Amino acid sequence: MKELRVSAIKDGTVIDHIPSDVTFKVVRVLHLSKMEKTVMVAQNLKSKKMRTKGIVKVSGKELTEDEANKIALLAPSATVNIIKNYNVSKKMDLKVPELIKGIMKCSNPKCVTNNDSVPTVFTLKSTKPVKVQCRYCERYMQAADLKIL
Amino acid sequence: MDFKGMDIISIRDFSKQEILQILKTATKMEGLRKPLLKDKVLATLFFEPSTRTRLSFEAAMSRLGGKVIGFADPNVSSASKGESLPDSIKIVQGYADVIVIRHPLEGSARVAAESSDVPVINGGDGANQHPTQTFLDLYTIQKVKKKLNGLKIGFLGDLKYGRTVHSLAHALSHFGAEMYFISPESLRMPSDDLKELKAKKIKYHEVKDLMKVIKKLDVLYATRIQAERFPDPIDYNRVKDSYILDKSLLKGVKKDLKILHPLPRVNEINYDIDDTPYAVYFEQARNGVPVRMALLALVLGVKI
Repeated sequence: MKELRVSAIKDGTVIDHIPSDVTFKVVRVLHLSKMEKTVMVAQNLKSKKMRTKGIVKVSGKELTEDEANKIALLAPSATVNIIKNYNVSKKMDLKVPELIKGIMKCSNPKCVTNNDSVPTVFTLKSTKPVKVQCRYCERYMQAADLKIL
Repeated sequence: MDFKGMDIISIRDFSKQEILQILKTATKMEGLRKPLLKDKVLATLFFEPSTRTRLSFEAAMSRLGGKVIGFADPNVSSASKGESLPDSIKIVQGYADVIVIRHPLEGSARVAAESSDVPVINGGDGANQHPTQTFLDLYTIQKVKKKLNGLKIGFLGDLKYGRTVHSLAHALSHFGAEMYFISPESLRMPSDDLKELKAKKIKYHEVKDLMKVIKKLDVLYATRIQAERFPDPIDYNRVKDSYILDKSLLKGVKKDLKILHPLPRVNEINYDIDDTPYAVYFEQARNGVPVRMALLALVLGVKI
């Protein structure tokens, strides 16, 4: 039976167990469309852990802690593995940072961050689900509902 | 506690001890006419109309011997030329020792504080915070009830959009108040605020009918229900009269019940209540001056 396989990479990062509907948000947040190295993206793959999942594989790039934290916001249950010579050399712990700067847009149209040259800052309020509070307008929001900048 | 250089942006930034110290300082300011701030300049930046807040800040500064500069109309400011708020604040901080700002955008006062080396006091940022109103509400309650702890407080009217209600409920959660939220279904307290109260183990009740709870209350904080909050005018007409107070509704209430209102009132408190011992809303507005005197003196680090 022919099956879709996502190829292994020699060196780089594999982000696995992304909720399918968030896969391309992850690509956007990490600015992967601007990468020169190979990037593989698969969505709606069958998964034992979740019904369907997405995978992103980036050759020749090791995700930074900051970047891993951005993914934690969008997909807290994702796994991030650093690959060296086809083997997993490091599993990164995904942790939503206490302070989230400049990544997401505030959903309040009357927030000063949407009307003046002020970058957004959110503080983490809960992790299941990921709920944040805008530092400026003080409104609470679900991270999943917010637009990534 | 040293408040010198502190910004006053949101009631959520203050601990119980800090609140009590501010109220204690306000008491000392009653009737005080010492030029404690005679060499100081207050800049009042009102990007939105205000009478009471602006005038009471100006009165407070004047009572302490200080000077006031500023504007009350954004059309005369550089905002009309497209200058950003951070830039405006960076300029004004060079002209004054303390800034009070009222602005329609939520979070604007926090931005102003981050852009300024001099203390910034939030005079109201959109529907978000109006901390000096909360301090004067607390001061009034403490003054007329002789305490803040363990009171039964009713909040009446528009609890969904009423920023003064959200802030006062938050502040009173430091003092173990039992709260009664009395509103139409569509204007209930936001769930995030209720979750916060629950987490602090504050007992609260949500009711639609004021008459079911009015006899239990020590304090009733009334707010206006605005027609523009109801997309359907029929819904507004259905509820508007249920939340109007008049003297006839006060039969059987506690003798020492006190009624507060942040003002302006339209029709939600009938004039026949004004001369009763229950009405403290005008005293409440007057309390804005000693409270704002206290805040100005504290953030400017002056010994009282």
